[in-house]
Amino acid sequence: MLSRTADHLFWMSRYMERAENLARLLDVTWQMSLVPQSLDVANQSWNAIIALNSLEEAFEAKYSSVNAENVLRFMVSDADNYASIHSCLRLARENAHAVRGTITTEMWETLNSTWLEAREKSFEQIWGAGIGDFFEWVKMRSSLTRGTTLGTLLQDESYNFIRIGTLLERADNTARILDVKYHVLRTHEDEGATDFYEWGALLRSVSAFEVYRKVYRDVITPDRVAELLILNKDMPRSLHFCMNSVIKNLELIANRQSGETTRQAGLLHAQLHYARIEDILEQGLHEWLTDFMDRIYMLGDGISKDFLVPMSEAA
Amino acid sequence: MNFYNEMMDANDGVRAHYKAYDEWLKATPPERIARKRAEADLAFHRVGITFAVYGEEAGKERLIPFDIIPRIIPANEWKSLQSGLRQRVKALNMFLWDVYHDQEILKAGIIPAEQVLNNAQYRPVMKGVDVPGRIYAHITGVDIVRAGAGEFYVLEDNLRVPSGVSYMLEDRKMMMRLFPELFAKHKVAPVQHYPDMLLEKLRAVSPKGVSNPTVVVLTPGAYNSAYFEHTFLAQQMGVELVEGRDLFVKDEVVYMRTTQGPQRVDVIYRRIDDDFLDPTVFRADSALGVPGILKAYQAGNVTLANAIGTGVADDKSIYPYVPDMIKFYLGEEPKLNNVPTYMCRKPEDLKYVLDHLPELVVKEVHGAGGYGMLVGPASTKDQIEHFRKLLIEKPDGYIAQPTLALSNCPTFVEEGIAPRHLDLRPFVLSSGECVNMVPGGLTRVALTKGSLVVNSSQGGGTKDTWVLED
Repeated sequence: MLSRTADHLFWMSRYMERAENLARLLDVTWQMSLVPQSLDVANQSWNAIIALNSLEEAFEAKYSSVNAENVLRFMVSDADNYASIHSCLRLARENAHAVRGTITTEMWETLNSTWLEAREKSFEQIWGAGIGDFFEWVKMRSSLTRGTTLGTLLQDESYNFIRIGTLLERADNTARILDVKYHVLRTHEDEGATDFYEWGALLRSVSAFEVYRKVYRDVITPDRVAELLILNKDMPRSLHFCMNSVIKNLELIANRQSGETTRQAGLLHAQLHYARIEDILEQGLHEWLTDFMDRIYMLGDGISKDFLVPMSEAA
Repeated sequence: MNFYNEMMDANDGVRAHYKAYDEWLKATPPERIARKRAEADLAFHRVGITFAVYGEEAGKERLIPFDIIPRIIPANEWKSLQSGLRQRVKALNMFLWDVYHDQEILKAGIIPAEQVLNNAQYRPVMKGVDVPGRIYAHITGVDIVRAGAGEFYVLEDNLRVPSGVSYMLEDRKMMMRLFPELFAKHKVAPVQHYPDMLLEKLRAVSPKGVSNPTVVVLTPGAYNSAYFEHTFLAQQMGVELVEGRDLFVKDEVVYMRTTQGPQRVDVIYRRIDDDFLDPTVFRADSALGVPGILKAYQAGNVTLANAIGTGVADDKSIYPYVPDMIKFYLGEEPKLNNVPTYMCRKPEDLKYVLDHLPELVVKEVHGAGGYGMLVGPASTKDQIEHFRKLLIEKPDGYIAQPTLALSNCPTFVEEGIAPRHLDLRPFVLSSGECVNMVPGGLTRVALTKGSLVVNSSQGGGTKDTWVLED
């Protein structure tokens, strides 16, 4: 397969997954902000979203203050913000457009009509109709894209690159959501009843609320939330699950220069496989997650060099 | 002016080959037609069969309007068109071989040598290059119009990178999806095997010694107006769609960059103009091409379809000589008419043209796509005077032709069904001795009332084209 084709497939799936995860993150922040809390605390969570994507400068250039409506407008509909849901859907579609001969007609039509619909929605319309509905819509469109891919695409290399893109992006996002929310929540743990709702919202943002109940059959505690999202190998949005799948797909597309990347991925996977949540928490969750995200980044970089934009012509 | 109507005869009777369609149209409730037309629009949009218009907002895509009244061609008419097309394309390929080798036609004085050799489209780098099967124009799109008395004329030969075939195929798919019952009532010759035929032709011209060639389609990229077609053809043929940056040349061999390392490429169906193909030889600022590809081509290690330098045969200054080529190379009388053409570089022709500007169509010799032309009868005084100045300044840059009474065909427009002018572009495929085509081609229709310009960039639409079988 052409390296450029693989590159487009990889980024097509990453942007779609990113749009979904962003919708999830914004949704949980929005829901948490509806639980009675001080203005300070509320703004802190909206600030965190801007900081998470290192968008402070771009945000300040356009908006005078950090509040729910401004941050949502910026992250949902702002076409100038390359990290907004609007931009992610556009970029997913643009990458698909570049390889529409490689993906199936159904996949292309799904991605294309998602973008065409998104383009028609102004922030005022989204806000007026209830922003939660929009987040649901983004999640559904992402599910539809994934389902169409699974249901129609030949499971050859193209499928492997799409999966790797999706899972690297998801691992990164789950780590980010956990990093941001865990600390906000931990700092006001003593506030009591709101806790249950907030941890619940976090779990729901990664579709893990019912999963938690099934796995633990017990009250929600922060440590178990971390354990579920990091170490559970069967939960589709956990770090362990994502790395499992990355490894599997990476082995299928191996080429002569990809050995080191595969080794790094294997190392990361093994650490998740044998880790204990107590050790991670003792080391410091934030430190551990930061290290994890760095390594995910390096992995993406390695895949890019080995397969997507090969520098050496003699290879 | 008297226009030939494809559907109705001079006494407003329905022509025999349109009878069945006409009955169907009259029997079908207007609401159903309206619903189906909306369905077609939606489907074209969703599938993304769009094209980008140069000069409009970057990345903006438009639908090419699709009309549900087909252009129907009876079997006998198609038979004579087909044999005329075979003859013409054969002669054009022989001409190209000749001008890049012994130049017999110039020595014989049939065409003035400077018209060919000083032509900007003549590529000296192609001199003496032996292309496989002596084929230069593997894919030719010949624009054909029908004039007042029902006779056909060739308006121009497109030998560089003719486009539009994907619309021909998608229009047929759409018609069959919307109105399957029509195909039960008519014996419409199929066209859907075009991609197979194309792939077969491309494989047939692979470099010597290659038994199982790797064929690719080379596109300028996603922002090209015909990008949809490039992806469509690559997908239908099951070959890779590549951009210049996906290819590289090493030791005069072309490779593509794949996830498993470099892979050799043998035949390139390129949808990039000559000028942009190789920045080391042609335009240095081209980011679309592949450095070194010309050397690989000259060495015979890769085949380009179409060949480099075909533009010298479809240039408007060469067009008037095509009938002479046919006589010279094939010893036959031309079966298809050429439009009488005034070459403004000739003083007597220029004088006639300047005296008759309001009646004539003036075209830039190197122009294409309906840009830079004057349609005398449809122009204002100012436009005519503007062209008069251009002609006097640079007479050899223009040709002129009588304004043809382009035939028309009933078409759905805002006020109902009304006649609109149209042309026909059959796609002719050549390899070695074999010249083939699928029956029909792309019918383009000018949607503006009275307009004679059918180009999609000028607001034209398309119709499904039916060649009826006996």
